[in-house]
Amino acid sequence: MTDSHRPPPYGSLALIAIVVGAGAAAFAYTAGWFSPNRLTPNKLVSAFAPPSGPALGHRRNHAKGICFTGSFEANGAGAEISKASIFNKGQYSVIGRFNLGTPNPDAADATVRVRGIGVQLTASDGQVWRSAMIDPPFFPVSNPQAFYALLKASGSKDPNAMKTFIAENPEFARFGEWAKSAPWTGSYAEEPYNSLNSFVMTNKDGAQHVVRWGLVPKATVVPMTQEDFAKLGPNVLEDEIVKRVAAGPQSWTLMVTIANSGDPTADPSKDWPADRRKIDVGTLTVDKIEAEADGPCREINFDPTVLPTGISTSDDPFPAARSAAYMKSYDLRTAEAKYYPRTPAATGDKQ
Amino acid sequence: MTTASQRFNPLQRALHWLMAICILAMFFIGVGMVSTITPKFLPLISTHRSLGIIILALALIRLVVRLRYGAPALPADLPEPMKLAAELSHYALYALMIAMPIIGWAMMSAADYPIVVFGGVRLPPILPQSDSLHALLWSAHYYLAFAFFAVVLLHIAAALFHALVRRDGVFEAMAPIAVHQKTIAGE
Repeated sequence: MTDSHRPPPYGSLALIAIVVGAGAAAFAYTAGWFSPNRLTPNKLVSAFAPPSGPALGHRRNHAKGICFTGSFEANGAGAEISKASIFNKGQYSVIGRFNLGTPNPDAADATVRVRGIGVQLTASDGQVWRSAMIDPPFFPVSNPQAFYALLKASGSKDPNAMKTFIAENPEFARFGEWAKSAPWTGSYAEEPYNSLNSFVMTNKDGAQHVVRWGLVPKATVVPMTQEDFAKLGPNVLEDEIVKRVAAGPQSWTLMVTIANSGDPTADPSKDWPADRRKIDVGTLTVDKIEAEADGPCREINFDPTVLPTGISTSDDPFPAARSAAYMKSYDLRTAEAKYYPRTPAATGDKQ
Repeated sequence: MTTASQRFNPLQRALHWLMAICILAMFFIGVGMVSTITPKFLPLISTHRSLGIIILALALIRLVVRLRYGAPALPADLPEPMKLAAELSHYALYALMIAMPIIGWAMMSAADYPIVVFGGVRLPPILPQSDSLHALLWSAHYYLAFAFFAVVLLHIAAALFHALVRRDGVFEAMAPIAVHQKTIAGE
């Protein structure tokens, strides 16, 4: 027992070093520090930025946008497929954001093909449902890895990068066709907005259905060419929606589409056949438009996995990837808030 | 040297080892979830939130138990710098066990995320929505997590040092089952 007669405890010290070293190494491995190829939220979010760097203080994608408030009038029909309280007949408050699918908050409207909407519906029990939807009828690619490859290819200086990408991700060709041929409109109010991702709805009896949802505009759609739209000016969408909503509220029908068994639920690049059952669950109405800088949507992360009880994620891998990336974007932009003043510089604030 | 009275009581030992498992799991879940965009992200982050609340509850119970029952005295022959390191690291561990879940909860509140734990329990926000508070709390949660892991590694190294090198009964005081020091010494 007397320490003085024992040889120096090299073995024990080595064991301690091994245990501590192994703990630290396991931690580093889990963090991905030994896996340079792992697609992390950081990598995905960074891939949106143009070569000049991201627009600090702004969302890393869908950076150009404008806030709105309004309501969702549930007609009660949604209760058949989901026990979410937002589907109980009634009127609920909505905060949202119209936006353009670009990392550049100053992009000219006619240079951006994809338009989107972020909405937060708040039920009377306080449960919120957030959804970020876009206007194409299907997504450009079938999985998050391919989406990252698309961002890398489209930002690449290699003239063959996009060709190589399309060869590896043939589903993209269809999106390219849509982007070229689908008519443009001159208003956020005339766009349909689609979840594209699938989710699972569970009703009060426990029955589950895989669904996608979308907002169908009640406004009359006036199709136009990209050239004609470009003539309307670089910020026409925001100017137009301000005037339009000031003149009268704008509405959409919230339609839930139910998958048949065997439909591709995990791949948003594949739309479901048009004959799938659709349920009109209510009307979204936009009453008021506000600038984003100090508007109510600014600090909302329209994370598509923020769902009320009665709606959950499906086997579609995108909502998880989007949640991880949106969170990263949110963490970055909230730390950069000083670069995006809440009041315009013209008012002489110190920023 | 080791006697029964020099050990932590069974409740203290149970809390220690239960929390050890929870906290180690928390580090790996935390660092794993922020580095993936795969579907695992969602169960990892919801487990991280639920486990955080469990750790907060256990830490508060443990603080009360510690204040009520105290701790066995450190060996009289332990050098002063090691005694000081032991004391400070334990203050740090208690502070982090309690602070980290609260910072996480506050961070989620400042971001206006719904805070859903245990598959459907919705916790109230503990701060108003604020980008500056969110940024501050995010940094605190991030950097303190690494500091916490470093203190835990130090704690493990020290425990093994007491068990294998000094053989002074300090490890046995918190060992999950009664270990006779002679058994260890005879290995």
